Amino acid sequence: MRIWLSQHARTLGMTLGKFFRSPVASLFNIGVIGVALALPAGFYVGLVNLQSLSQGLAAAPQLSLFLALDASRADIAQIEGRLKQHAQVHKFKYVPREQALADMKAGSGLGDVMSGLAQNPLPDAFVVDARDSTAQSLEKLREEINNWPKVAHVQLDAAWAKRLEAVLKLGQLAVLMLTTLLAFALVAITFNTIRLQILTRREEIEVAKLIGATDAFIRRPFLYFGALQGLAGGFAAWALIWAGIYLLNNGLADLSQLYGTTFQLHHLNPADSLGLLLFSAVLGWFGAWMSVGRHLSDADRR
Amino acid sequence: MISFSQVYKRYPGGYEALRNISLNIGAGEMVFITGHSGAGKSTLLKLLTAIERPTSGSVVVNGQNVGALRPRAIPFLRRNFGLVFQDHKLLFDRTVFDNVLLPLNIRGFRRGEAARRVRAALDKVGLLDKEKARPVTLSGGEQQRLCIARAIVHRPAILLADEPTANLDAAYAGELGSLFQSFNQVGVTVVIATHDENLAARLRPRVITLRQGGLMTTPEEAAAT
Repeated sequence: MRIWLSQHARTLGMTLGKFFRSPVASLFNIGVIGVALALPAGFYVGLVNLQSLSQGLAAAPQLSLFLALDASRADIAQIEGRLKQHAQVHKFKYVPREQALADMKAGSGLGDVMSGLAQNPLPDAFVVDARDSTAQSLEKLREEINNWPKVAHVQLDAAWAKRLEAVLKLGQLAVLMLTTLLAFALVAITFNTIRLQILTRREEIEVAKLIGATDAFIRRPFLYFGALQGLAGGFAAWALIWAGIYLLNNGLADLSQLYGTTFQLHHLNPADSLGLLLFSAVLGWFGAWMSVGRHLSDADRR
Repeated sequence: MISFSQVYKRYPGGYEALRNISLNIGAGEMVFITGHSGAGKSTLLKLLTAIERPTSGSVVVNGQNVGALRPRAIPFLRRNFGLVFQDHKLLFDRTVFDNVLLPLNIRGFRRGEAARRVRAALDKVGLLDKEKARPVTLSGGEQQRLCIARAIVHRPAILLADEPTANLDAAYAGELGSLFQSFNQVGVTVVIATHDENLAARLRPRVITLRQGGLMTTPEEAAAT
């Protein structure tokens, strides 16, 4: 066991030495991997930020009930009674049509246009807070209320949040596709790097095999190299994203000050960062593994 | 320790490198395999180290049938041997010390023990003062001695040498000869493929002669039977 460990430690040391012996080539390789990974990872960070933003906004979905224009006082009272008794309704607010018109005149800047209207085009309305805010139960409640008499239309105010969610899902799919493509690129880069290394070290491999090296012994330094290069590439990607967010946040600080709010992009959280590093290391290892498997058996047949 | 029985080796294309070879080499023997170029000396060594497999017949080393070994077992068979190559096969990207260290790394020796053994092996071949040198800076004879140091550093039971004196002048060849003799004296089985008659005359080993892939009985053996 100790021998095994010391062999691995030695291989690790030798592999690190290899990086420092050709620093320019290593840096370029790591840079390419870093950029390739930073693209999907950066996109992912953007999505996560959007998601947390949308969650903050859509926390309390509301239903808006618009009554038919010919609803009488009695109808309104009856709906009010029903809402009071309904188990799903947490609380509600009645917005009479006159008030809605007044609000609109004050809020929208369309006051002049509004005062030109012969009659009030707006219906009476209720704004309802549901007890259970999952999308399914909200939808059920909406349909139920929609069937009540004199209810012209029920608007689920969370609809736009759902749309955003759908767009985010699409974004996630795009990230996944981008990740797959660039993961392939990473594997290909490692594959080629290792192929070159095997070619330049053909003699060493041949001699080592002749004097009793196992395949595992011969593979080990290449696999270490692949994994380390991947890890370094992952770290480069992480640093690129960190720097990108840092710069964007500086710009955002100015912008959000103008709007009187504070809005900051979040950095990658520790779990995601670790995932990024692991992912790239595993891909590097995989590329090296494929390359070694392929080219060592080539060397064998010679 | 080593036994061939009715071994044939035919290469693709029909060239028959070895024909009906049967021989035994006991532990602690020193054996020369001689014959002209193309007589099958190298092929014989390749069969021993499982670089090639016999077309028919069996090659047994230490009780293991070499021709039937699984690929995974071959590295462990090769660890029984110390190999001296005609073209040295040294690694020019590392020091003399690291060249000799390679077999010990492969076997997983600890650093301290490995360094001690490497120095002992280098001392044995007279290269201890060059341990930090690069192999390119060594002369042909020194390179061959370095190759021998690498072959013996893990104390193999069998030392195989393929034309070890081919590119050396007579004085160097003589030095190498006594080196091989000293290993043989401490119990190592030594098998040398060579056509260097001077060396054979000096060391007086058992000689196995090959001609066109077949075994030629030596006069002494003919007398013995």
